[in-house]
Amino acid sequence: MNVHEFLVSPAEASRREGPHNRIVLSSRVRLARNLKGMPFPGWAKKAERVKALEAIRPAVESLPQMASAFSESMDNLTVMDKNILVERHLISREHAAKSAGSGLVLNRDESLCVMINEEDHLRMQALRPGLQLKQAWNAIDQVDSKLEKRLNYAFTPDLGYLTACPTNLGTGIRVSAMLHLPGLVLAEQINQIIQAVNKLGLAVRGLYGEGTEALGNVFQVSNQMTLGESEADIVERLNKVLAQIIEHEENARGTLLEKKPKAVYNHIGRAYGILANAHSISSKETMNLLSLMRLGVDLSLFENLERWLVDELFITTQPAHLQKRFSEKLSAEERDLLRADMLRDRLRTVSRPKTRSNGSTGESAEKPAE
Amino acid sequence: MQCCVCKEREAKVHLTQIVGDKMQKVDLCEECAKQKGVNDPAGFSLADLLLGLGASQEMEQAAGSSDLKCPHCGFTHADFKKAGRLGCSECYVTFAEGLEGLLKSMHKGIKHTGKVPPSLQQTRDLSDKLKSLQKKLDKAVADEDFEQAAQVRDEIKATKEKMAETTS
Repeated sequence: MNVHEFLVSPAEASRREGPHNRIVLSSRVRLARNLKGMPFPGWAKKAERVKALEAIRPAVESLPQMASAFSESMDNLTVMDKNILVERHLISREHAAKSAGSGLVLNRDESLCVMINEEDHLRMQALRPGLQLKQAWNAIDQVDSKLEKRLNYAFTPDLGYLTACPTNLGTGIRVSAMLHLPGLVLAEQINQIIQAVNKLGLAVRGLYGEGTEALGNVFQVSNQMTLGESEADIVERLNKVLAQIIEHEENARGTLLEKKPKAVYNHIGRAYGILANAHSISSKETMNLLSLMRLGVDLSLFENLERWLVDELFITTQPAHLQKRFSEKLSAEERDLLRADMLRDRLRTVSRPKTRSNGSTGESAEKPAE
Repeated sequence: MQCCVCKEREAKVHLTQIVGDKMQKVDLCEECAKQKGVNDPAGFSLADLLLGLGASQEMEQAAGSSDLKCPHCGFTHADFKKAGRLGCSECYVTFAEGLEGLLKSMHKGIKHTGKVPPSLQQTRDLSDKLKSLQKKLDKAVADEDFEQAAQVRDEIKATKEKMAETTS
């Protein structure tokens, strides 16, 4: 089966619900593991990588969690397949660049994904919609314990699990959450938050886009340190910080509506206007405007628009997903036209955003801005 | 300003990261920035990049010589400098001395306090049990409580058998 047939449709993927998914798009816990006595993938010769893959893949496939999973060697995936997987956040860009000697095992509901021979022999991750770090950790912990019965991990009592890069040493854990923070961005508080979170030893980065720019106001918060702290402590610490960020984001949204309602309506109204009427639009602009539409949904400004449609468009307007719908190879310009066509079509029935008069903040939104 | 990776071209990308109370700065030329994946925010971490720079110097100083080579996989200090990654799990033994300072600077501690593979944990538990049984036996013998001693001796035997099973 090819990977397109296996993956659930973007419509289905965007309907997954989780706690706090107004702000937290998804939670992820990743573990890095390596086999004892075998060179790490980056240093191994091709024959050694193939050998490691042949040892690991059957062990992963045999997990009860992986019943009817998608399992494939990376050289059997096309560039488009790989890009689709990247756009779905199932594999890393680094893994997408791999070929023979690397593999992927993805379970039926896409909640467990194991990359074989990425930077480490094993990069296994559990994914959950919304804020569910503990659940994700428990799920991947079980997978890891089961795998450990069949594979001989490189582990020492002092240094823990040994990884190719010393930054992952010890627990090999990376706990992360994807956050949608338009309120903090509009209120220009995001840099303060990023700095504060960095001080706590956590990393914040834009998920899409280049450098510090965060397209679509989507940020990823994750732990950086992996040694000298237990997995449960790391999960707990991240949970505490996330709770704070969520609160700040909600406050920022509330304050914006109260103090600058016109500015908020202006952003959201323009986003709707462009997305529903443009005839050519880049993926960057689409993401930034969809983010504002999503904010509009959260603020109940759209009568007949559900969050899942915005989230679905977040997925389907990205380059590889767009390309997938057409057989011939598209240039960036052609994609911009087709993206705009798709957006106009999907937003055809969505009526323009209202200004809030019966809002939950209790404030009348119709009063003119001072 | 010179790029601190290639040391040739002019640095145009300047990165600063604050972790805890430490500030780290890196200056790169456009080409090296691209190569190091600075433009790919999903895969980029300044810590990873710094590994290839200051970190390897730190290792060099600590290890005394830079011609250290892992006897298991043939990975050298120069390779680490280039890749910022190690060659195999044995490299952690080979380069242990140089790595310690590095680990201290990037992690909360240098001793693993997290998950232990369940099988290893089991062996550990059994060896703890064995130790306490041995003490119990010594005490029973000292007290001339031979009935108790015989019982403990049987327990020790059973525990040892179990240990042999799990490690085989």
